[in-house]
Amino acid sequence: MAYSDKVVDHYNNPRNVGSFTKDTPGVGTGLVGAPECGDVMKLQIRVNLETGVIEDAKFKTFGCGSAIASSSLATEWLKGKTIDEAAKIKNTDIVNELKLPPVKIHCSVLAEDAIKAALADYKDKQASVTTGAASK
Amino acid sequence: MGLKFPIFMDAQSTTPSDPRVVEAMLPYFTEKFGHPASRNHPFGWEAEGAVDAARAKLAALIGARDPKELVFTSGGTEAINLALKGVAEMYREKGTHIVSTVIEQRASLDSFKRLERQGFSVTYVPVQPDGLVDVEEIRKAITDKTILISVMFANNEIGTIQDIPAIGRLAKEKGIIFHTDATQAVGKIPVDVEAMGIDLLSCTAHLMYGPKGVGALYVRRKGPRVRIAPMIDGGGHERGMRSGTLPVPLIVGFGRAAEIAKAEMAAEGERLGKLRDRLQDMILSSVEEAFLNGRPDRRLPHNLNISFAYVEGESVLMGLNKETALSSGSACTSSTLEPSYVIAALGASAELAHSSIRFSLHRFTTAEEVEYVGQRTIEVIKRLREMSPLYELAKEGVDLKTIKWKAE
Repeated sequence: MAYSDKVVDHYNNPRNVGSFTKDTPGVGTGLVGAPECGDVMKLQIRVNLETGVIEDAKFKTFGCGSAIASSSLATEWLKGKTIDEAAKIKNTDIVNELKLPPVKIHCSVLAEDAIKAALADYKDKQASVTTGAASK
Repeated sequence: MGLKFPIFMDAQSTTPSDPRVVEAMLPYFTEKFGHPASRNHPFGWEAEGAVDAARAKLAALIGARDPKELVFTSGGTEAINLALKGVAEMYREKGTHIVSTVIEQRASLDSFKRLERQGFSVTYVPVQPDGLVDVEEIRKAITDKTILISVMFANNEIGTIQDIPAIGRLAKEKGIIFHTDATQAVGKIPVDVEAMGIDLLSCTAHLMYGPKGVGALYVRRKGPRVRIAPMIDGGGHERGMRSGTLPVPLIVGFGRAAEIAKAEMAAEGERLGKLRDRLQDMILSSVEEAFLNGRPDRRLPHNLNISFAYVEGESVLMGLNKETALSSGSACTSSTLEPSYVIAALGASAELAHSSIRFSLHRFTTAEEVEYVGQRTIEVIKRLREMSPLYELAKEGVDLKTIKWKAE
């Protein structure tokens, strides 16, 4: 299978590889996939608590080149978006940008799942902070 | 000597033809183009003579008593299909049960699937964690309906060499026909159908420095005389077992490849074994949690298969594929999108099946290539682990088995 130039570029020069400390305020973490399926993505966002804008994003991926590229691209796109804008990123956008063949569409689906999981985790944490503050 | 890229280390998928093989073939495309079944003119006699000579060379390589016991086919897949389906059809009245193993190649497994749809039953004997089949398990699987035992000689992924003589003895004791898929073994390690009690043997030219498009099935003629129903009907070539005009140039190449293999196998095996061991030592000594697949002391000398925890196989190949050709048991590199059933059959976790990399060396592999591929592999694994969430979790002391994974 030949890879698209963009997949090769993200694989060779992945953007935003790394991790934030999970319990840092404003950090949301998504961990999706399963080792036995051959794909696991960890995607993290760091949101500015005042503006609601994603200031930074990081990923680590166990998976094929297309999975690495999908998550790398996702972190690139997340930066600078509000959490509402981020929720609108679709796997098909990733497929189109990276020109993924049909057998690799699941990589883009996993990346979308990772974004959603990270956003959900961020929102959960915010909710518990707010309720925690209210009960004081 | 400078390195030439890309480096080919995927010789269990195919091998380059030896230049001596190509040289032997060339006249048979042009001036010696006769049809070996043309019995009435010199063109035919010349072609028939060339085919007979090639058949004799292949017979000598596998220890067949009579060159007539070899039937040329289009390759290993056809030889295996012919053996399994040919025996099933011919001996159906006698019984409908076959004993095989879980690590056979697809040509065998898919033939069995078809036979199962036609009313045959197949027992797939498991392998031990080292990839070896316990011959006693085969004995236990045999019933009074068993007509065929089929066990591969050496595995295409992990290189494990089965105890073929013991299985041959068992088959003889029980009066059951024994087929071995020896596509990975013939020309690489000693194979002797007489000494090993083999009744049917499949092999192919392109894995032993011969051309693609030709293989052979050995069919024993004496003690017992094995009969098979043909799969292809036509002019009754190959003693009625495989009709179709013989591809004379390919057969001549196959014969020359067999001749070279017989003469050079011992020295070549020793050389490749040393290079393979060097590659193995290099990688295993610098990469933690890298697991050797297959029993080390019963392996093809040119095979090395390692699972690298926390990284996925295709991503490893992608890191190397500009300069090095390897193969992986990862689902992403297979047409079925399933990870390697061979590695999985060893009892390894599915994750490790996704993480297996096969290095297979060949006649033209150099020590410099081994050093280069070893170093590059180590670098790529380290880079991918830095990117792996599984590696990070494991480093934090998290047991990956305790995580509830959200699979798609």
